[in-house]
Amino acid sequence: MRPTTRRILAAATGLALLAVVPACADDAKQAAENVPGVTDTEVVIGTHQPLTGPAAPGYSKISAATKAYFEHVNSKGGVNGRKIVYKVMDDGYNPANTENVVRKLVLDDKVFALLGGLGTPTHTNVLEFVKTQKVPDLFVSSGSRNWNQPDKYPTTFGWQPDYTVEGKILATWVKQQFPGAKVCHFGQNDDFGRDSLAGVEKVLGAVAAKQTYTTTNQQVGPAIGALKAAGCQVVISASIPGFTALAMGQAAGQGFRAQWVVSNVGADYTTLSNQLGDKKVILEGMVADNYLPMVGDTANPWIQEFTKIHQKYNAANPIDGNAIYGYSMAYTFVQALLAAGKDPTREKLVEAVGKGGFRGPGLTPFRYSGDVHAGYSGVRLNKVQNGAQAYFGPTYTTDDGDAPVTEYTEPPTTPPADAIPTT
Amino acid sequence: MTATRPSARSGVDRPAGPSPLRRLLPGAPATAGPRGSTLLRHLAGAVLAGALVVLLTNQLPPYQNLQVARVCAFLCVTAGYTVLVGLNGQLSLGHGALMATGAYTVALVQRAFDERGVQGRWILPLSLLAAVAATALAGLVIGLAAARLRGPYLAGVTLAVATLVPAVSTIFTGVFNGEQGLRFPAETPPAFLGAYFQPERWLAWIALLAALLTVLLLANLVRSRFGRSLRAVRDDEVAARLAGIHVARTQVLAFVVSAGCAGLGGGVYAVLTATVAPGKFPLELSLFLLMAIVIGGLGSLAGAVWGAVLLVTLQDLPSLLTETFSLSGGLAQRLEGNLALAVFGLILIVVMLAAPGGLHGAVRTVAARLRARRRVPED
Repeated sequence: MRPTTRRILAAATGLALLAVVPACADDAKQAAENVPGVTDTEVVIGTHQPLTGPAAPGYSKISAATKAYFEHVNSKGGVNGRKIVYKVMDDGYNPANTENVVRKLVLDDKVFALLGGLGTPTHTNVLEFVKTQKVPDLFVSSGSRNWNQPDKYPTTFGWQPDYTVEGKILATWVKQQFPGAKVCHFGQNDDFGRDSLAGVEKVLGAVAAKQTYTTTNQQVGPAIGALKAAGCQVVISASIPGFTALAMGQAAGQGFRAQWVVSNVGADYTTLSNQLGDKKVILEGMVADNYLPMVGDTANPWIQEFTKIHQKYNAANPIDGNAIYGYSMAYTFVQALLAAGKDPTREKLVEAVGKGGFRGPGLTPFRYSGDVHAGYSGVRLNKVQNGAQAYFGPTYTTDDGDAPVTEYTEPPTTPPADAIPTT
Repeated sequence: MTATRPSARSGVDRPAGPSPLRRLLPGAPATAGPRGSTLLRHLAGAVLAGALVVLLTNQLPPYQNLQVARVCAFLCVTAGYTVLVGLNGQLSLGHGALMATGAYTVALVQRAFDERGVQGRWILPLSLLAAVAATALAGLVIGLAAARLRGPYLAGVTLAVATLVPAVSTIFTGVFNGEQGLRFPAETPPAFLGAYFQPERWLAWIALLAALLTVLLLANLVRSRFGRSLRAVRDDEVAARLAGIHVARTQVLAFVVSAGCAGLGGGVYAVLTATVAPGKFPLELSLFLLMAIVIGGLGSLAGAVWGAVLLVTLQDLPSLLTETFSLSGGLAQRLEGNLALAVFGLILIVVMLAAPGGLHGAVRTVAARLRARRRVPED
């Protein structure tokens, strides 16, 4: 053996022996350390958002509103003396990026909790990681039923009505208004579209035709053509705003006239009319649903309070359904943080949301309980008329199982002073 | 039609002259000489490098360990890739797709066992082996086509493969679950390492083992008779054929080996997050891989290490910049996704101008110069 080889071998053996000595003591110490992300003056939380990419139209404004609301709360002294720091990471609605940025938030930035991570395909892929890290994963910005699996994912909670609840309510309305009509479904090619279709088919039975789109492919022409060929009179659409605009634009282009009934996540009028530009007249008559005050309802006290915050902290963005969404979700988070007590821990926060009982801007109560991690229990329908989107008819609630769709009659709550919850 | 024929013929049928990549390549390696067993020397080097990295992972926090794991996963790919492009002169743009093949194989195998309630430590190595096998098979098919094509035509075919991945995953939604991708059980550290053992460190060790194995095997391979055949075919096909080398077989084999490495890398990459989605393997990934090995130093395994490190660090560059310099929201948004590409391009241009042999070539030149200077006083 040559001297160099011998030297390398000796060094390798020595190093290998050293490497075997574990550094575990360090890990145990770190695990026992303080609550991650919480100091005497700050609570650091994080999120993943589609600031770029196919879901950016509309959705990129949600986190700006959430951040603005926290600035408002911080200016009034924060929550129990702690300011909320909201770290927003862009994932471009690409599940592969989401995995990366969520790991960075949790492992590197050491956030206390995740809040409002946006998207069904994106967030689904971090559920396992979130579970092993035991991070509170609050108010995922998506209506997939995946978030409501407390046995499998004990720290994950939904916030908005799930797509099956929504699908059941939309289908019930369609059944009443268009008896015997050919009803079809157009949906995103993932759990978003599938959950919505499941809800619709619970009420209507099998739909006359169903088509899907993929977020990376803008060509919706063939799918819309197939719906037209099937003679659909009503199209229930589970689509993000960019694809609602593409689909309705394509339908108009092909001379396909049907009643469009669109999921709340893809039906914000401001967002859609921005996307469509001159062609926005095709939105007239579009039926959708929501569960928060409508932005055009300037007499609503919640809208008035949120508008004040918007003008002060978020004036660069339009005030639309996405902004109201961001404000309302941030409001629920402050409620949860308050409920977690003066010295919040990750366990206390999860327990507090599990207890539920929050009321806020939403029209219906939350479904949170020990064994349900789903958010709002129902929606109310709205319609675009003369360039404005407004509610009509009663508010409905139901669940994602076989419960009937029932009317909900309790009046909405009014906001506390400055729209900051106190308990 | 007639206008295109001559170029088509010259591209497909004519045995290639010297590879146009030649300018970027290192000269012929110094003769091995009587330096003892190559295998033993490489083995010692691998153990040394492995021990160093293990020592490093013992000190690092979780996220940085995950970065180490990613570098190791990419190293499996870049090492195999640089052998194909640098030593055999076949330009493939489809290695992102080959990674995807490996990743999906791991996911499907692991899910198959999970659905039947089978658990065990052996599932991971088995699924990775399956990934290597499946990808090598894919490599064989592409390689058979590749052996008939040259230069840009080969690049074109492999480019098509790279763009095929998202399409396949969305058309066969039942198997691949579209854009959302597949999840499988996450890999956890074994119990004997202690309850508080960092899961990311365990992942880093798995990836490290895969990378060391790949590099060790490749290092021996390129110094063997097969390695010499690879270079001979690259430099002059006619001469290689006259010397008794079966050109097509060598090229196909090179593709298979390279694909197997890409499959292993892709599989390990999927294991790190316990998920696989088409968004992980866009066309840009294949281009990034090529840039990485060219910047690192085409045809050298040390260059592949440089490339893998670059691939991982550049991923985090935009968020690092926006955090450090608190850029305005709009600018930060525009930088995300574009910055890595721009920086990669810039580095590529600079490296090609300053050191055509890549980073590894530059390091070697500097080291040689220093050694020469040290020797002067002794003489």
